[in-house]
Amino acid sequence: MKPVLRTCTAIAMATVFSGQTMAAEALQTLGAGEGQLSIVAWAGYIERGETDTAFDWVTGFEEATGCKVSVKTAATSDEMVALMNEGGFDLVTASGDASLRLVAGNRVQPINTALIPSWSTIDERLQNAAWHTVDGVHYGTPYVWGPNVLMYNTEVFKEAPTSWNVVFEPMDFPDGQPNAGRVQAYDGPIYIADAALYLMSHKPELGITDPYALNEDQYAAALDLLRTQRTLVGRYWHDAFIQIDDFKNEGVAASGSWPFQVNLLAADSPVASVFPEEGVTGWADTTMLHADSKNPNCAYMWMEHSLSPKVQGDVSAWFGTVPSVPAACKGNELLTDEGCANNGYENFDKIRFWRTPTTQCEQGECVPYYRWVSDYIGVIGGR
Amino acid sequence: MTTTALAITERRPGLLGWLSDQFWRHPGMFVLLLLTPPLLWLGIVYIGSLLALLFQSFFAIDEFSGIVDYSTLTLKSYAELLRPANLDIIVRTVVMSALVTLASAVIAFPIAYMAARYVRGKWKALFYLGIMLPLWSSYLVKIYAWKLILAKEGILTWVFESLHIGFVLDGILAIPVIGGNSLSVSYIGTFLVFVYVWMPFMILPIQASLERVPVNLIDASSDLGATPQQTFRKVIFPLALPGIIAGSIFTFSLTLGDYIIPQIIGSSRLFIGQAVYAQQGTAGNIPLAAAFTVVPIVIMGLYLWMAKRQGAFDAL
Repeated sequence: MKPVLRTCTAIAMATVFSGQTMAAEALQTLGAGEGQLSIVAWAGYIERGETDTAFDWVTGFEEATGCKVSVKTAATSDEMVALMNEGGFDLVTASGDASLRLVAGNRVQPINTALIPSWSTIDERLQNAAWHTVDGVHYGTPYVWGPNVLMYNTEVFKEAPTSWNVVFEPMDFPDGQPNAGRVQAYDGPIYIADAALYLMSHKPELGITDPYALNEDQYAAALDLLRTQRTLVGRYWHDAFIQIDDFKNEGVAASGSWPFQVNLLAADSPVASVFPEEGVTGWADTTMLHADSKNPNCAYMWMEHSLSPKVQGDVSAWFGTVPSVPAACKGNELLTDEGCANNGYENFDKIRFWRTPTTQCEQGECVPYYRWVSDYIGVIGGR
Repeated sequence: MTTTALAITERRPGLLGWLSDQFWRHPGMFVLLLLTPPLLWLGIVYIGSLLALLFQSFFAIDEFSGIVDYSTLTLKSYAELLRPANLDIIVRTVVMSALVTLASAVIAFPIAYMAARYVRGKWKALFYLGIMLPLWSSYLVKIYAWKLILAKEGILTWVFESLHIGFVLDGILAIPVIGGNSLSVSYIGTFLVFVYVWMPFMILPIQASLERVPVNLIDASSDLGATPQQTFRKVIFPLALPGIIAGSIFTFSLTLGDYIIPQIIGSSRLFIGQAVYAQQGTAGNIPLAAAFTVVPIVIMGLYLWMAKRQGAFDAL
C-alpha cells in the first residue's frame, strides 16, 4: 500500500509543479493577431484622439495590426490589481506598487524579450528595474515614468516653494494666510511614502533609508506627520479632474500632483510645479501581460508598438511623463526637444519609485502594505 | 336544423383548447403560472445575489497578493469591522443618516401640510410638480451643481460676502468637526446636499398621511376647546406619524447607502457606501466589502421592524 501511496503523491506533486512551470513560461513564437485587445490603463495613457485629435496612438495601431483596442481606465494601483484579479483583460500599465503584487499573485506572465524587437532601445536604467524583473525574469515592458511633483499657485507663491513642508507643516503661505484648507494630499496609501521621504531629510535620527521599507517606529512617525497634515487638508484627491476643479474654485494653493494636472492647469491658470529639495516619489509603469490573456499576439504587438519613439513621445507630451526609450526625446513634435528634461529625465536618481511595501526588508521587519491601506483610511478619518 | 344546448359542452379541439380547459378545471394552476416568473425573479436575481454577497463575507483575503482565499470559512472580515477606523465609518454614516432624516422631517412637514390642507386646484398640481421636479434631472448634475454652489469661490460665499455677513459663514465653518475650509469640504456641505436630494421622498408620504386625517376630527378638537397647539400635538401629529416614519425609511436608507455625495462633497472621510466601493473596487477586498454591506442591512432590518410596529406601512 505504502509504495502505491508514495507513487500517487509523487505523481500528484509532479502534476502540480509542472502545471506551475507551464503557467510561468513565456510565449515562444508570435502568431497572427486575434483581432482584439483590452488594456487596463491610467486615464490619459491610451489616447485615440477623442480628447485632442493630435494625441492618438491607437488608431494607427488598429489599422496596422487589426487588433481592436478597448481601454478600461483605473484611478489607483489597488484598483488595477483588483481589475486584473477579476480577469478578462490582456494588458495593464501597472505602477511599481502594483506590479510586484501582480507577479506574486500569478496574475501576469513572463514575457519573451526576443519577440519584442525594440527591447534593446529601452533606457538602460529601466531594462532590469526591480519593479518588473523578478529573479532575472522580465514581467513586462517599461511604458513611461514620471515624478509626483509639488504643484503650486503662482499668485500665492511669487517664488517657487523649495520644500514639501508647505503641505506637511502648519504655516503661513507667502500671501500671509495660513495653509490650513489650502493644501491637498493624494488619496492613496502609497502617499505614506511621501511622508517618509520628507522625514528622511527632516528627522534623520529615525534612520529611514528607503521610504517604502519602514520599521514600526519610522512608520509611526510618518503616520503622525500625516495626522498633522489631515488638519490642513480639506479634501484628498484621487480624481485628477476634481483636483483641477479644486485648484480653480476651492482656493487650493499647493499639493503633490502629477505633471498631467500641471500641464492642463498651466494652460489657463496661475499654476506651476517644482521638484522640492527633499526629492520626490514617482512612478514607473510597466505594460504587463495577464497570465490568462486570450489575445497574447495582439498584446505582444502592442508592447512593441508602445516602445516606438513616436508613441513614447506622444504619451509623454500628453501626460507629462518621461519616455522609457531615449530616442523619443529628440524630434517629437508634441513633446519638443526640451520635454524630457522638463518632465524630469535628468532627475531619475532623485526619484523614489513607487514600490509595494513588504514585510521582509533590508532592516529586518517592515510594515506590510495591507497595514498602509487600513491605517491610511484611519488617518483620513481622523484617527 | 336547430342546435340544442348540451348540458356538457364538447371538448374543444387543439392544444389551446385543452389548455383553457385545464385552467378552468384547476384555477390554482393559472395563479401558479402567473406568479412563477416574478417569484423566480425575486428569488434568484434579488435574494440569490444578496445571499451570494453575504456568503462572500465569510472568506478572507491574502493581504499581499490581494487574492481571496475561498478554501476556508472565517469571521475575520467581521472582526475587521470592529477596528477603530472601520467603526468610525459606521458611526459616521449612521449619525449622518439620522441627522439627515430628522432635518428632512422638520423641513418636509410644513411643506406637506401646506400641500395637503391649503393648496387647491391647479396650485396643487404646481405644488406636486415643484416637489417632483428635482427628481427629473440627473442626480450627478445636481451634485456637481452643489459642489460649485458650496465651493470656496462659489455662489453661496459670494452672496454672504455681498451682504457683508461673510463672518457668519466663517463662524459656522469654524465649528470644529463639522466645519472646514469651505462648505464643499465640510460635513455641513455633505449634510445640506443629502437633505436637498432626498427631500421629495420625505414630503410625499407625509402629504399622503396628512390628506387622510379627517377634517371633522380637527373641527371636533377645536369645538371641544383645544388650542391649535394641542390639536397639533394630540390629533394631527399622531395621525401623521406613520407617514413621517415611512418617509424616514427612504431618507435613512438612502443616506446609509449613498457613496457619490460624500465622495464629491465632503472632507474625504469615508462613509459606508464609499468603504464598500473602495474595498471591492479599489482594494479588491470583496469579503470586507460584503461585511460592510451587512451593516446597513442589519440596521435597516431593525429600523423596519420598529417602523412596522408604529404602523408606518399603512401610509405607503
